[in-house]
Amino acid sequence: MSEEYKWKYGLFLGCVIPNRYPMIEASIRSVFDHLNAEIVDLPGASCCPAPGVFRAFHIPTWLVIAARNISIAEEIGVNPLTGCNGCYGTLRDAWFELEHEYELKKEVNEYLAKVNRVYKGNLEPKHVVQALYLDMGTNYIKDFVKHKFSDLKVAVHYGCHIVKPSDKRPWNGEYEAPTFLDEIIKLTGAKSIDYKDKFMCCGAGGAVRTAVKEVAADFTREKLVNMRDAGADIIVDCCPFCHLQLDLGQMETNNIFSNEIGEPFKIPVIYITQLLGIAFGIDPSLLGLIKNHDLSGVSPFISVDPFLNIVKDQLI
Amino acid sequence: MSENVEKYLKKKVYKSTNSKISQKFVDAGLEKLRACINCGTCTGGCPSGRRTAYRTRSAIRKALTGDESVLQDIDIWLCSTCYYCYERCPRNIPVTDMIIKLRNIAVEEGFILDPHFALANDIFYATGHGVPANGENNKKWRDLRESYGLPSLPPTVHSYPGAVKECQELMKEVGFRKLMDNVAKLKEERAKKNRENKEE
Repeated sequence: MSEEYKWKYGLFLGCVIPNRYPMIEASIRSVFDHLNAEIVDLPGASCCPAPGVFRAFHIPTWLVIAARNISIAEEIGVNPLTGCNGCYGTLRDAWFELEHEYELKKEVNEYLAKVNRVYKGNLEPKHVVQALYLDMGTNYIKDFVKHKFSDLKVAVHYGCHIVKPSDKRPWNGEYEAPTFLDEIIKLTGAKSIDYKDKFMCCGAGGAVRTAVKEVAADFTREKLVNMRDAGADIIVDCCPFCHLQLDLGQMETNNIFSNEIGEPFKIPVIYITQLLGIAFGIDPSLLGLIKNHDLSGVSPFISVDPFLNIVKDQLI
Repeated sequence: MSENVEKYLKKKVYKSTNSKISQKFVDAGLEKLRACINCGTCTGGCPSGRRTAYRTRSAIRKALTGDESVLQDIDIWLCSTCYYCYERCPRNIPVTDMIIKLRNIAVEEGFILDPHFALANDIFYATGHGVPANGENNKKWRDLRESYGLPSLPPTVHSYPGAVKECQELMKEVGFRKLMDNVAKLKEERAKKNRENKEE
């Protein structure tokens, strides 16, 4: 570890972050560096594998591939760090199972031995938000805030697998009404607003989006209606699959439910490290907030310009 | 209780908890399902059940009593794995994990939706990613990465062809390849049977 860094993590990218929402990757790298946390890559890591689909198809495959991914971080000697609730669910649940079941760990290692790998299990997989809130803490982070919003109403979306199953998560069993993400958001001066069924699922996970897009979009419709009713300026989340569902899914919701929702939704979706980075005074282009308009058919599908206008009005 | 009713209950419930499906739960260490009293707390908190025909209680009940129609039903694929049922179950049954295990059993019997099969067989096995950025069709995503100053492909399996092979090797060893091949066969047989039935 170089001297100026206080923490070191192995960034487990997963699939949706690097391959569909790379602005999230850019913002995690920028913000962690800014907070004196070193990020190293996990070369050759694969899909976590996704808990709703691949775990649901074949549990042994899910476990062995997850153990392989964790073993890459072990080789380097860093905690795997993920910005995705789905990857977090997989890495953490697999780690938890392997920690508690010796026979299972032995069996998994017999498979890994065939590709010259070994799973030790001594490094806890962490979520980006877990690193921010539990490793660094709000007291540490608040000193980095340079600009505070004077009037920004945020509808926070936690997603499911960051808090549940609660017996395998680090939040002291809290799952009905956690506050850690709201507390981080408040550091930026933004207001985390209450809205109906705040902790409800976005609808994408568990293979639902892949199976029937309309069902996933109906979850999203309900969330968006509740967020809009409460006067949300932006949505802030901490999972790229929720992010995809709230962004691309917002567009799909506008099409599928055009007769029911009235005005089409156009609420910008911002990842937690993008919001933090802005408050730290990091250049928005390093946070993936400036879209290259030469590219078409790529994310974000709902423009973040209304958010950038608020930044201009309130922070500059 | 009359003798007949007692006989009926024993037959319907007790005997059938030894069904093929419930045996598989026991084999997987999930015999806790038997503690289910069918109270419906799982269904009450289910965001999917609010908008679809999926009823967690009913799926668990069917699994418990050996009603194998639950495996063919699309319903078990409409659970978004939000884990509210798992958290709130008064009998401490890991309900969501049960649904996931139930899906495993369904897949084993060849009941998997086409988009899920394509995702597992054509994308995950072939690339090591569930959502890849390589290949001709994904150029725009690589361009997007570059527009944020990132390398066009991430330092994942995408940048290490040997790592894809390693994942495939593991998937072969652990039985994923065989499972997918068998699923393809079962799906084909079922499709053929359906065509024949239509012709009749």
